[in-house]
Amino acid sequence: MGRITLDKVSKRFGDVEVIPPLDLTIEDGEFTVFVGPSGCGKSTLLRLIAGLEDTTSGQIRIDSQDATHVPPAKRGLAMVFQSYALYPHMSVRKNIAFPMKMAGVSEDEQKRRIEAAANALNLTDYLDRRPGQLSGGQRQRVAIGRAIVREPSAFLFDEPLSNLDAALRVGMRLEISELHERLKTTMIYVTHDQVEAMTMADKIVVLQAGVIEQVGSPLELYHEPRNKFVAGFIGSPKMNFIEGAEAGKHGAHTIGIRPEHIAVSADEGPWSGVVSVSEHLGSDTFFHVHDTGLAETITVRADGEVGFRHGDRIRLTPRAELIHKFDENGLRIA
Amino acid sequence: MATQHSRSAARLMMAPAVVLLLGWMLVPLIMTLYFSFKKYLPLRGGDLGWVGFDNYVRFVTSSAFWPSVLATLAIVGGVLVITVVFGVLLAILLNQPMWGQGIVRILVIAPFFVMPTVSALVWKNMFMDPVNGLFAHLWKFFGAQPVEWLSQASLQSIVMIVSWQWLPFATLILLTAIQSLDSEQLEAAEMDGASPLKRFAYITLPHLSRAITVVVLIQTIFLLAIFAEIFVTTQGSFGTRTLTYLIYQRVLESQNVGLGSAGGVYAIILANIVAIFLMRIVGKNLDA
Amino acid sequence: MARAVTQQRKIINTVLAWGVGLLIFFPILWTILTSFKTEAQAISDPPVFLFFDWTLENYAVVQERSDYMRYLWNSVIIAGGSTVLGIIVAVPAAWSMAFVPSTRTKDILLWMLSTKMLPAVGVLYPIYLIFIKLGLLDSRTGLVIVLMLMNLPIIVWMLYTYFREIPGEILEAARMDGATLKEEILYVLTPMAVPGIASTLLLNFILAWNEAFWTLNLTAAKAAPLTAFIASYSSPEGLFYAKLSAASTMAIAPILILGWFSQKQLVSGLTFGAVK
Repeated sequence: MGRITLDKVSKRFGDVEVIPPLDLTIEDGEFTVFVGPSGCGKSTLLRLIAGLEDTTSGQIRIDSQDATHVPPAKRGLAMVFQSYALYPHMSVRKNIAFPMKMAGVSEDEQKRRIEAAANALNLTDYLDRRPGQLSGGQRQRVAIGRAIVREPSAFLFDEPLSNLDAALRVGMRLEISELHERLKTTMIYVTHDQVEAMTMADKIVVLQAGVIEQVGSPLELYHEPRNKFVAGFIGSPKMNFIEGAEAGKHGAHTIGIRPEHIAVSADEGPWSGVVSVSEHLGSDTFFHVHDTGLAETITVRADGEVGFRHGDRIRLTPRAELIHKFDENGLRIA
Repeated sequence: MATQHSRSAARLMMAPAVVLLLGWMLVPLIMTLYFSFKKYLPLRGGDLGWVGFDNYVRFVTSSAFWPSVLATLAIVGGVLVITVVFGVLLAILLNQPMWGQGIVRILVIAPFFVMPTVSALVWKNMFMDPVNGLFAHLWKFFGAQPVEWLSQASLQSIVMIVSWQWLPFATLILLTAIQSLDSEQLEAAEMDGASPLKRFAYITLPHLSRAITVVVLIQTIFLLAIFAEIFVTTQGSFGTRTLTYLIYQRVLESQNVGLGSAGGVYAIILANIVAIFLMRIVGKNLDA
Repeated sequence: MARAVTQQRKIINTVLAWGVGLLIFFPILWTILTSFKTEAQAISDPPVFLFFDWTLENYAVVQERSDYMRYLWNSVIIAGGSTVLGIIVAVPAAWSMAFVPSTRTKDILLWMLSTKMLPAVGVLYPIYLIFIKLGLLDSRTGLVIVLMLMNLPIIVWMLYTYFREIPGEILEAARMDGATLKEEILYVLTPMAVPGIASTLLLNFILAWNEAFWTLNLTAAKAAPLTAFIASYSSPEGLFYAKLSAASTMAIAPILILGWFSQKQLVSGLTFGAVK
């Protein structure tokens, strides 16, 4: 079991309120991602749940038990750190065994669980090596192994992939998702990368300056962002925002349209502009369009075969039903 | 990164060290202050009552006071100049490519490990002895009259002995600092047309300034307190009586604890002035 | 600097550096050489360098006359005891400062270091009195305590600089893994800090070994370490160069060897982290 409830939890560091009082419930077995720009308080929130920081006020409940003042070790949670935080002086086997040794698990049971974890994570050949002799991805797997053997009620991940190179990151992302499918344990995952959030989460919590901007499934956030911040943060390339007369036509202060929801052509469409940069990715082409009279730049995502170049004048057609409307406070107009 | 729990644990774990040092600092300090206001002669009547600032006045007005301050300054200053100048030169030399660098470094460091009583004795007898010392042989070899080092050039001799002991320390720290100098900076300066001398003056030396400050301040603390070198060689005669040694004589040799304690308070004040400078620098580094 | 250095320049460097190195080392070398000479050869004019009748006689005489082993043992106990005791007191304190820093941490550290700067001579008599009262005069226990207190600031400071390099996340991981504070320090922090602890141990052992104010003033016969052993050769035995040299060699050899082996670790500690 692993249902985690935050009830009016807040955190101050001296005079700075990092997290104003906040409510959040994470259901048992859910894969929840905290996402937001750096400094938004997502890591602090995770550390409050872990018990590595004290809450200033409010209550944290794990499976309905008040855990606010329970020390980290007694909360039944396991954490994977950004730097992996492996014990450099212990072999992989000893690293994985450490939490069980602390908990007084019997030798036989330790052995059984280490083997199971090593099998699941492809670490069997490396059990007697030191962390220093492993690659980044292997270290990451050891850190996960150390978390698994505790059989925690929830896993906490603090930006676990940010130290890996791009290719490995995609692979590890899949492995963690698979792990969740298999274990069905609650996982809370902190990242600043919205792609990780979108691909892995059951539920995304978007944070900014310690405040929850929106909670929802990836597609809810994509289709119905509650405000301009979420709209701009979720999706890549970023949503285009247009103010002024064009927005007024839709009865809004600002309208937003995603790059993939704009069609391009040489001579047809209500908006026009000049291509300043075109990025050819093969599968897609991104056009950065200037001189539209709407916004500084309009980014458009087109098919890989579309061949406009720098300086070409093109015309753009937004898909009307996918235009997002926001009022002057940046809130969504339904 | 801390919880209430770990903060209170931290305070508890810090307590033994803090309490011990506080006791080590305060108890003798208060006793010294107490004695400094008393006429206290352990062998001639013991505690003879309060005398106010008498001891303080007597200590500064005694004919030995100013010479001892000057001797202290001469020794500290002399050693600092010698160790810093030669330390920089040696550090640069040791940083050059050569064969047997490791062995040379070991040779240069060695004096640091020699206990002060040994180095003072060895220098005094085997090198500076006017009859059988090695220097005497050397002088005679060149047809010169051997020098009676520890009486004719007593201060210089002490400066030399102490410099020999501290040169390794200065060299080691300056060498570490030089090795941390980004060689691309020097190469960039070379590309800009700076001569080797200019590169030293405008790049190497400024880079070393912090290390030099550290050397000067750490050495000053230790040099203000040098004792064994004088105890073993001149016993404070021939103008080598430093403030430390003067206080030592007042307390142990003339058994005038009141007077010596007043001197001790002066020495503590002097050391604290130096300490404030050192703390500033080290403190700044803590922030960085 | 990835650049070819001319052979000629390298030769000049080598000759120069070896010359200076040998010059600085010469007093020690000369002492060691003299210790193997007879008294007559030791003061012969002109001096002899290598071509003399090597003898071990001086060592035997020194040992016989002043019981070297007893002084050596005192030095080992005093230097070793004060260092180990200091580290036991300092590890928890350094842990607190490095991993649970507060606004006052810096002030406490600086204050600790400033106690190191109190001139010993200023408090000699009070310590003397306290020692008489407690019956610690001329005892190894007394010196262990004094030298421990003297070096404690340096030990705390060095450990603090080493601990600060250890990422706090690893200790947090241990905490999440269910380690108590004691287990965290014993199983995770200490093994990771072994190199730092070792160099702290070494440097302070050397400082305590060579300490020559308290060891000379607070001991008489029973607890006197090698500093006092050698000071007793100050006169008139100092005129017997060969024996003086043998005694000197015996006093410095242990620390010289230890120091050479650990010179790399010593540098980082000596700079108080002020020079990178």
